[in-house]
Amino acid sequence: MTAHPIGAAGFLHRFDGLRARLPGARLPWIQALREQAADAFRVQGFPTRRVEAWKYTDLRQVADAGFDEALSAVDSAPALPPAHGGARVVFVDGRSRPDLSTVDGLPYAVESLAAALEAQEGRLGSLARPAEQPMAALNTMLFEDGLVVTVPAGVAGGVLDLVSLGSASERPEAFHPRHLIRLEAGASLTLIETATGPEDARYLHNPVFEIEVGFGATLTHARIQQEAPRAFQLATVYARVEKGGTYDNFTLNAGAKLVRNEIHTLLAGPAATCHMNGAQLLRDGQHADTTTVLDHAAPDCASRQTYKTVLMGKSRGVFQGRIHVHQVAQRTDGYQMNQALLLSPEAEIDSKPQLEIYADDVKCSHGATVGEIDADQLFYLRARGIPEARARAMLVEAFLTEAVEGVQDETARAALGAAVTGWWEAVA
Amino acid sequence: MLRIEGLTAEVEGKQILKGIDLEVPAGEIHAIMGPNGSGKSTLSYVLSGREGYEITGGSVTFDGRDLLAMEPEERAATGLFLAFQYPVELPGVGNALFLRTALNAVRRARGEPELDAMQFLKVARERLKALQIQEDMLKRGVNVGFSGGEKKRNEVLQMALLQPRMAILDETDSGLDIDALKIVSDGVNAQRGPGFSALVITHYQRLLDYIVPDRVHVLMGGRIVQSGGPELAKQLEETGYASVQAAA
Repeated sequence: MTAHPIGAAGFLHRFDGLRARLPGARLPWIQALREQAADAFRVQGFPTRRVEAWKYTDLRQVADAGFDEALSAVDSAPALPPAHGGARVVFVDGRSRPDLSTVDGLPYAVESLAAALEAQEGRLGSLARPAEQPMAALNTMLFEDGLVVTVPAGVAGGVLDLVSLGSASERPEAFHPRHLIRLEAGASLTLIETATGPEDARYLHNPVFEIEVGFGATLTHARIQQEAPRAFQLATVYARVEKGGTYDNFTLNAGAKLVRNEIHTLLAGPAATCHMNGAQLLRDGQHADTTTVLDHAAPDCASRQTYKTVLMGKSRGVFQGRIHVHQVAQRTDGYQMNQALLLSPEAEIDSKPQLEIYADDVKCSHGATVGEIDADQLFYLRARGIPEARARAMLVEAFLTEAVEGVQDETARAALGAAVTGWWEAVA
Repeated sequence: MLRIEGLTAEVEGKQILKGIDLEVPAGEIHAIMGPNGSGKSTLSYVLSGREGYEITGGSVTFDGRDLLAMEPEERAATGLFLAFQYPVELPGVGNALFLRTALNAVRRARGEPELDAMQFLKVARERLKALQIQEDMLKRGVNVGFSGGEKKRNEVLQMALLQPRMAILDETDSGLDIDALKIVSDGVNAQRGPGFSALVITHYQRLLDYIVPDRVHVLMGGRIVQSGGPELAKQLEETGYASVQAAA
C-alpha cells in the first residue's frame, strides 16, 4: 500500500476509485454534475489564504488530515441529542439512518437523498455553485446521501430535527451530505439541526444545503454546531427566498476545532425577508468563520444580520459579510452587526463587512464592535455582592442571550438558548 | 460603624482625597455636601471598592474590620451598599434575576439560606408595593430604558432587598422630580433605626428636607472643612459654598 494521498489529491483520488459506486452513478445528469464538480475542485483545490474569500481561514489542517470515506457500522445505536419536536431525521457519518429516525404521519415528504435521487433532477444543484466554492465542489463530487424535505403549499410543517452524528474511527473520515429543503407557497417549517460527535472523534463534516423558500413561506433554520472538539465542519448554505417569504437562519458555533459557516442568501422576490443571525462561542484553540453573502435582488426586501462571538484563550473568530443590493432592489432595508467579546488577550477576531449598493433608495447599515467585559457593569454587579466570577458569567450570558432573543420561532429559540447555557456552564 | 481616618486617594496620579476624617456611628445618618469636584464621588467609590482609585494613606474600618482590604462583593456582603449616581444599564440581564442573584449572594455570605424563585418573588413584591414600583420593572433588563427616576427607584429597591447596615447614597437626588424624590426618601427613611446608618452625598440641600441628617459635613478640596447639625445644610443653601471656603 502506498502512502495515503492527502489534500485535494486525496479526495480526487477517492473520487476516481468511487466514481462507479457513488449514488446515481448510472444517472447521466448526476454523473455530469459530479464530473464538473471534480473539475472545479481539481482547479481550485483547498483554498489557501491567498484566495480573498478565505483570507482569514486556513484549511491546511483540514487538507492535510488524510481522510477516509466513512465506514460507520450500521447496527450501532449511538446516543442522540434531545429532540425538540416529534419528527426527527438522523444521519450518522452523513448517511441516513431510518432506524433512528421518526418521520411517520408528517403532512409533508421527508426522504433520504440516496433513495430519492432520481427524482431530484433540476433541483439538486440548482442553487449550489461548485465552480465558485471549492467545498461545495467537494460536496457535489462525493455526496452519498442527505435530507430531502418538501413541504406542500399552505402546510404548516411544525418542528423537524435534523441530527448529524460523526463517529470515532481509527482514521479520520469525511462525509459530505447534500440537503434539499423546499417550502412551497405559504408553507412553514422549523428545522433544527444538531451536529455532534463523540469526544475523541476526528472527522470532516462538509454539508451543503439547497433551500427554496416559496411565495409567502417561512423557514426557521436553527443550526446548532456542537461537533467533536477535534472535528471540522465546513458548511455551505444556499437559500433562495421568493416574494413575501422569510428565511430565518440562526447558527450557533460551539464545537469543532475549525468551522466555516458560509451562507448565501438570494432575496429573489419582492418583500422577502431574511435573518442571518448567530453566535460563536470559542474556547482555546478553536477557529470559527462565519461568511455571509446576501443578494438583495428584488425591491422592498428586508435583511437582518447580527453575529456575536465570545472568544476565550487563543481562539480566533472571523466574520465576513457581503451585502449586494442590485439595481432593481429599491427600498431595501438592510442591517448587519458583528459584535465580539474578547475574554483573553490572546484571542483574535477579524471582521470584514462589504456593502455593494447599486440601487438609490436604500436603507443599509452595518457596524462592528469588539470589546472586553465592561468594567462599569462588572463593578455594578460586584457592588451588589455578586462574586466576580459569577458577575462575569452573567455578563457573557447577557451578551449571548441578546443574540438568541431575536429568533422568532419559540422552539428554535429555546433550543438555541439551552445550547448556549450548556456551553457556558461547561466552560465557566 | 464606619470610621475614616486620614484617608488620601489618587485618581490617575492626581490627589483627590487629601486626608478625610469621619465617623458615622450606628443608627445615624450623615450628609456630605460639597461643590462639584470636591471629591464626593471619589469618596463613595473608594468606600465601595471601585478600581482605578489608589489609596495612598489612611484607613477605613467598618465595624472594626479593614474595609479597604475587602473586594467590592465582600463589602456588599458585610452590609455596605452604594446607591449609584448613575446606575449602570445591563442589557440582557433581567432585573428579577439580577436582584435574586444579588440577594442570594449576600444571604449566602451571611450564612442565611438562599431564596428560590418563588420565595424571592414574594419578598420582592412586598418591597415593590412599599416603594410604589410597578411589578413590570422586574421583567425588564436591569436599568435598560429606565427613566432617571426609575433607575433611582431601582437602586432603592435593591437597598430595601439587601437590607444593608450602611448605605452610601451618591447624588441620589439628581434627576429626580419631587414625587420620585419623596418615594426615594421614604425608602431610605423606612430603613432608619439603630441598625442602619447612611452617608448621604449631595450637592443640594433639597434632599435633606426629606432625609433629615444627624450630622452634616462639608467636603471641599478633598477635606472635610466644616461639620455641624442639620442647620448647617440650611445655612449653606443661603450663603453658598464660597462662604465656607472663606471661613476655612
